[in-house]
Amino acid sequence: MSIFVNQDTLLVVQGITGRDGSFHTRQMIAYGTRVVAGVTPGKGGQSFDGTVPIFHTVAEAIRKTGANTSVIYVPPALAAGAIAEAADAGIRLIVCITEGIPVLDLARVIPFVREKGARLLGPNCPGLITPGVAKVGIIPGPICAPGRVGLVSRSGTLTYEVVNHLTRNGIGQSTCVGIGGDPLIGTGFIDVLRGFQDDPTTDAIVMLGEIGGTDEQHAAEFVRQCVRKPVVGFIAGRTAPKGRRMGHAGAIISGSSGTAEEKIHALEAAGIAVMKRPVDVVELVRQQGVASRR
Amino acid sequence: MNLHEYQARTLLRAAGIPMLDGDVAASPEEVEAIARRLGGPVVVKAQVHAGGRGKAGGVKLAEDPAAARRHAAAILGMTIKGLVVQKVLVVPAAEIAGESYVGLLMDRESQRPVFMVSAAGGVDIEEVAATTPEKIERLAVDPRYGLFPHQALGLALALYRDFARARAAATILGQLYQAFTANGASLAEINPLVTTPTGELLALDAKIVVDDNELDPRPDLAALRDESAEAPSEVAARRAGLTFIKLDGDVGCVVNGAGLAMATMDLVKYYGGEPANFLDIGGSSNPEKVVNALRIITADPGVKAILFNIFGGITRTDDVANGIVAAMAEFQVSVPVVIRLTGTNEDQAFRILQNVGMTALSDMDAAVKQAVALAKGGKAA
Repeated sequence: MSIFVNQDTLLVVQGITGRDGSFHTRQMIAYGTRVVAGVTPGKGGQSFDGTVPIFHTVAEAIRKTGANTSVIYVPPALAAGAIAEAADAGIRLIVCITEGIPVLDLARVIPFVREKGARLLGPNCPGLITPGVAKVGIIPGPICAPGRVGLVSRSGTLTYEVVNHLTRNGIGQSTCVGIGGDPLIGTGFIDVLRGFQDDPTTDAIVMLGEIGGTDEQHAAEFVRQCVRKPVVGFIAGRTAPKGRRMGHAGAIISGSSGTAEEKIHALEAAGIAVMKRPVDVVELVRQQGVASRR
Repeated sequence: MNLHEYQARTLLRAAGIPMLDGDVAASPEEVEAIARRLGGPVVVKAQVHAGGRGKAGGVKLAEDPAAARRHAAAILGMTIKGLVVQKVLVVPAAEIAGESYVGLLMDRESQRPVFMVSAAGGVDIEEVAATTPEKIERLAVDPRYGLFPHQALGLALALYRDFARARAAATILGQLYQAFTANGASLAEINPLVTTPTGELLALDAKIVVDDNELDPRPDLAALRDESAEAPSEVAARRAGLTFIKLDGDVGCVVNGAGLAMATMDLVKYYGGEPANFLDIGGSSNPEKVVNALRIITADPGVKAILFNIFGGITRTDDVANGIVAAMAEFQVSVPVVIRLTGTNEDQAFRILQNVGMTALSDMDAAVKQAVALAKGGKAA
């Protein structure tokens, strides 16, 4: 089972005819995701690979196909507009892969999405996957396996590294969710942790954080108060210098706040088992007694 | 991207914020001429991207143009926190009756621009925030509507009891908000906002940080970048589409993805080594990026071993392997190279490397251990 995406996910791809959009659409279809529509303004009426109908707008795509989830692969200058369009048209889950969206654009569009009652995942995220069922975004399917560990992460390839260790050691995942590395994101750790806590098919949770901001500290507090399932954590950036943006716009230590030490301390104080290395995930998850239960 | 004070002044002044006339210069002669034109005592201020300029001797009061010239000669070329001072700002010395702090920053928690103002100005605001947070007044602005006049006035009244002064400050807050949004800032700060003996408000120091994501669509902002104020290797990396941060260690790291790049540095440290850099080649698979990455890393004489850590997702590992082979052919790499590749097209990648007599590992820990050992002059494990 899963959170956020499942067999009822009907996906519309915004920017389906672009280089990234077309490549990942094929990957998602091959994985089994129900891609029902694409949107590229100006190419309405055409079809993608002869199988997926393309529309000018998301609203049209919903009317004709019943799409309930969207994934966005449009350039940064157009991405905030694409997010707003999806929310306005009635999409429930909007997954934005695009990196490099100006933060002021996000500050304007995020409250709009909330008022429409939609959920935004990202931007600048790898998306999410419910192994064996559906993937929305760019997480490679072959490294995942169905199972009962929920994973939430701020990064892309670090997620792959950790998921790969789990899968190779026979520990499957319920859903893997990449929330993105930007300072302003639509869905935070807490939203996903709440989802896993409420999901009867998730037995344990892995959360991968990094330096910058206070999301992990708040998430730790949420775990202490509200999560009754074992949580294993990791914080990247112990060796990061202060005041430098470590690739992700959000990964920056300002002053004395947002350091790895501070976050690791917060996680441990909340009873979260903290990995020192990515490979430690296997041992720590096994200690929670979930490995044998597929 | 951090702007210099003189650049921030220009942007804030264009928004109407009151400040004293001033000018920027790169030589003592120019400084003397500016001081003469301004008349009276001036302040000569180093323009570097570092805090604590005053403490480092980079800010000096000069009574006359000759003194300004002498101070400029001392400050230009001075090193502050590793950065060489190339330019100084010359402004008239203001008479100060009071100082406030006014700042606006993009706040991650409220996901809005947040004003922070304090009647305790001219000091390190982070310190005020940490020790006496009650001295800071905050206001989150909904960026869909902007700053309403009553919000600006309410904030200003927290700074000034005198209504006329508060009204003037409210105008300045509105102008600061305009400058913030018009220039895609993630931080805009006036510290201090001074009250003169005659009761006027003046912005004495200005700071603006521009959101890096605004630079592509805004060439006017990108043009404000001062590459002479950055490490040459970081400038070269940015031009090649790479994110690179120089560190002091000896294990050069080439990784795809920021999170994995940080985790790789951490693992180098875990196994007893020191990372020489952060380098993210990003999500694309262009072999040229790998060539550029190797060029930048091998240019650092401190690097004793190079570690590739590539987890193929969108990035195809065979493309990275081709890039490594091309780079090795293009220039002499005199230090050992350890390659870890896994994920998309890894079989082809291993074959490409084998064809030129190179080997790769698929395990991150094994690769990091080997790179650390080689950097220390040991043999591969």
